[in-house]
Amino acid sequence: MGYRRENGRMGIRNHVIILPLDDLSNSACEAVANNIKGTMAIPHPYGRLQFGADLDLHFRTLIGTGCNPNVYAVVVIGIEPQWTEIVVNGIRASGKPVEGFWIEGNGDIATIASASKAAYSMIKHASKQQRVSAPLSELWVSTKCGESDTTSGCGSNPTVGNAFDKLYDIGSTLVFGETTELTGGEHLVEARCRTDEIKSKFKFMFDRYQDIIERHKTSDLSDSQPTKGNIAGGLTTIEEKALGNIQKIGKKCMVDGVLDKAEEPKTSGLHFMDSSSAAAEMVTLCAASGFAAHFFPTGQGNVIGNPILPVIKLCANPKTVRTMSEHIDVDVSGLLRREETMDSAGDKLLDCLIRTANGELTAAEILGHREFVLTRLYESA
Amino acid sequence: MIHFVVHEPNDSVGVVVVEGVQSGAELIGWVMDGDLTLHIKSESEIPIGHKISLKDFNPGDTVLKYGVDIGKVVAPIKKGEHLHVQNVKTKRW
Repeated sequence: MGYRRENGRMGIRNHVIILPLDDLSNSACEAVANNIKGTMAIPHPYGRLQFGADLDLHFRTLIGTGCNPNVYAVVVIGIEPQWTEIVVNGIRASGKPVEGFWIEGNGDIATIASASKAAYSMIKHASKQQRVSAPLSELWVSTKCGESDTTSGCGSNPTVGNAFDKLYDIGSTLVFGETTELTGGEHLVEARCRTDEIKSKFKFMFDRYQDIIERHKTSDLSDSQPTKGNIAGGLTTIEEKALGNIQKIGKKCMVDGVLDKAEEPKTSGLHFMDSSSAAAEMVTLCAASGFAAHFFPTGQGNVIGNPILPVIKLCANPKTVRTMSEHIDVDVSGLLRREETMDSAGDKLLDCLIRTANGELTAAEILGHREFVLTRLYESA
Repeated sequence: MIHFVVHEPNDSVGVVVVEGVQSGAELIGWVMDGDLTLHIKSESEIPIGHKISLKDFNPGDTVLKYGVDIGKVVAPIKKGEHLHVQNVKTKRW
């Protein structure tokens, strides 16, 4: 069950978001969301003096966030009209209600008043929307793991892989990414690429990211990749982490496409998206690419959520499940006791996906995790 | 009851999946690919999620997990010992 949007896409949440173009507009957005109950501000620290590809990515991420099918309508507030209009027009192309406001020449208070009136009307209409039945294959599902440990590779990641294999079979649209976290297993991803063209595009993005690491690294990067949490959880090298990570794409899925950051896929199937391996950045990019639900396996207990993309967490580490139970939606620790099969764990995750689509809140939603983190490519001007 | 899991039959490490493994403990392992059972004596205290060596290693040796190279040995490791950042490093970066 979900919400059918103007462009035909299915969403599973019905948000009215108050989206700042830039850091300066966060305050006004938060004031509007405070005035108009049921709306949500999505503050972030960027949007000034960016240029070139970095600015393109900023616009693409904000527009994609607004166009996401989990969003019913959008109020955009910026400091000035021209860039604000770029985001408004980008979102308008999806057919959904969107209005833009700017602060220069108006001040915060008048802007907040006008934007609040628009948000009032949007939430009134949003609240009248009803969920309708739709096939599961219309739900776009992304995945990225976090605070991984060795139990991720043994249990929670292959559970996602099992569920992805099943979703792939029914024609779903799926994505994975985390470019540097494939290091040591990139040959396995290449072997899954459906065509030589897809393989060379993947290799280009993988090599480009390796160059960044080589250029800026200060050591063998063992303070960052694997993270301190990964190492505490027993992961020793990036290769070991990558091989665990790759379990998420299952045993059968082929890689049918390669996406740039925040790029919307044009076909169904499994896509690789060039992306950071930092959880909030990657999940924010998935939401901006149009994905409506997210599988997030964790080992040591990453607590991430996203404002518009429900993040379903699963964990196979019995200690994490015991000590951080309020963060875990699906407990697959039975896999490591030899009590549960991968097939039944995958089914359990799909059942949680369907319940989430029907409206059940995820742990991250209940706990208010709304991490929205924009990826930057380089310094501002 | 299992104490550690192994991904593939030719892997040289297992992952401890229970808390409180002490040196000298007799451990039972499960090789997931092939559904086999292994027995090994722990020679270290090994935290949950950390790896136990399934063979003796010398510096320069390669460690296999998932049937794939996960790094190089930089200090000698005996069968049953804790294998981690103190004796294994990445071959990349």
